[in-house]
Amino acid sequence: MWSDARLIAAKDLRIEMVSRVLTTQVLPFGLLVLIVFGFAISPDRQVVGGGRGDQTRAVLEQIAPGLFWLAVLFSTLLAIGHSFAVEAADGNLDALRMAGLDPAGIFIGKAAAVLAQLLVLELVLGVGALVFYGAPLANPVLLLLTMIVATIGIATAGILHAALAAGLRVRDTLVPLLLLPVLAPVLLGATLATEAALFGPASDGWPWFYGLAAFAVLYVGAGILAFGSLLEET
Amino acid sequence: MMAVSLEVVSDPVVVLEGAVSLLGNFPALAGLDFSVTSGEIVLLQGPNGAGKSTLLRLCAGLAPLRDGKGEVLGMSLATTQGRRDVRRQVGLLGHQTALYDDLTVEQNVRFWTAAGRGDLAMINPALDRLGLAQRLRTVPVGGLSAGQRKRTALAVLLCRRPKLWLLDEPHAGLDRLGRDLVDELVAQAVDSGATAIVASHELDRVAGLATRVVNLAGGHAPAGRTGRVGGAPDQAGHGAE
Repeated sequence: MWSDARLIAAKDLRIEMVSRVLTTQVLPFGLLVLIVFGFAISPDRQVVGGGRGDQTRAVLEQIAPGLFWLAVLFSTLLAIGHSFAVEAADGNLDALRMAGLDPAGIFIGKAAAVLAQLLVLELVLGVGALVFYGAPLANPVLLLLTMIVATIGIATAGILHAALAAGLRVRDTLVPLLLLPVLAPVLLGATLATEAALFGPASDGWPWFYGLAAFAVLYVGAGILAFGSLLEET
Repeated sequence: MMAVSLEVVSDPVVVLEGAVSLLGNFPALAGLDFSVTSGEIVLLQGPNGAGKSTLLRLCAGLAPLRDGKGEVLGMSLATTQGRRDVRRQVGLLGHQTALYDDLTVEQNVRFWTAAGRGDLAMINPALDRLGLAQRLRTVPVGGLSAGQRKRTALAVLLCRRPKLWLLDEPHAGLDRLGRDLVDELVAQAVDSGATAIVASHELDRVAGLATRVVNLAGGHAPAGRTGRVGGAPDQAGHGAE
C-alpha cells in the first residue's frame, strides 16, 4: 500500500510541478477570494484610520479565521478537480485499475499530493490573511496543528467524494455539491480553533482541534476501506 | 503398427459462456460464447457496435460480467477480486492511450511500468524499439502526435509483459512503419508465450497476423462466423457455438 501511495503521490506532484496549476490558478484564486471578501466587508476602506475604518478593520480581524478557511475550501475544489481531471483524461483511471495498484495506496497517494499542495496554499493564504486583515497570532503551535489536521480531513474527504463522482459526466459540478456540506463541520471547527490560535486562549481551541482530528481519522479510514469499491464503480 | 495420435493441448486463456455485459442498460454482449487458447492471435471482426471493444474490456476485467460464465487465465470475471487479479496479467491498448500529458514519454513509461509491476530494465530497450529513445524521450506526451502517443502506450505494454494482449484498433493513427512494428511486437509476444486478441477493421493487415478470426454482430458471435484465417473451418473446437 505505502509503495503504491508513494508512486501516486510522486506522480501527482510531478504533474503539478510541470502544469503549475497550484501556482498559476489555485493560489491566485485563493488570494482573490481573501481580497474580494475584504472588499465585500469594507466597501469604504479608503477611510481606514477614521472611526468607520477602524470598526471595519476590527470586524475583518475578527472574521479573518473564517474567511481564511473559506478561501482554503474554495481553493480546495480547484485542487481536487485538477487531481481527478488528470485521471479522467485519456482513460487513465482505467489504466490505474489495470495496473493492479492497491486502491488504498491510490487513495493515500492522491490525498497526500493534494495535502502537500493545500499546505503550501494555506501558508501563502495565512500570510495573506495576516497582512490583509491584520490578525494577531497568539498560539502558532495550535494554528500549525489545526492547519495540518484540518487539511488532512479536507484532502481525504475531497479525494473520496471526487472518486464518487469520477465516472459521471456532471462530476465538475457535482463534487462541490457533495463536498461543501460534508466539509461544513471542518470549516466550523477549523475556524474556531484558528480563532483561539490567533486571539487566545489556546484552551478554547483544543477541543475543536480534537474534533478535526476525529474527522480526519474517520475519512482516512473510510477512504482506505471504500476507495476500491468506488474505483470499481467508475 | 499402431497409429499414434499426437494432439497439442493448449491451455484455455479466455473462456466465455453465455456472457452478458451491459453498457448502461444496453447489452453490448448478449450471451456470447467465446474462447481463446494459449498462443493464439484472434482477430475480432464486426461492424461498429458489434461488441468488440466491450469484449476486450470484459477480458481485461474492466467491464463487469452481468450474466453467464467468464474466466481469463483461470481467474473468474464474476467476482471483483477475480477481475482485479485478471487486470494484473493482461495488457489493454484501447482507443485511449492512458498517458499523462504533462509527463514526458520516459516518465510516463516509467510510472506505468512501476505501477504495473513491470520490468524497469525493459524501459530503455522498449523506448529504443518504439523509436522513442532519442529526442522524443524527454518530450511531454501532450506535445506528441497521435501515432507517437500510441508508440508510447505500446512501450508501456512491452515493459509490462502481459500474458494476454488486448488490442483495440492498434494500427489506427500509425504510419506504415509503425503498423509493421505493431505486427512484429504482437508476433514476438506470442512467440514468447503470450496470447493476443486484436479488434480491427483493417482486415488485410491483421488477417496475415491472426491465427483465427471471430466475427461479432450485435453482441453475439453468430454460429458459423468463426474460422481459421484463409477461410478454413475452425477445427479447434472453440469460438462461437
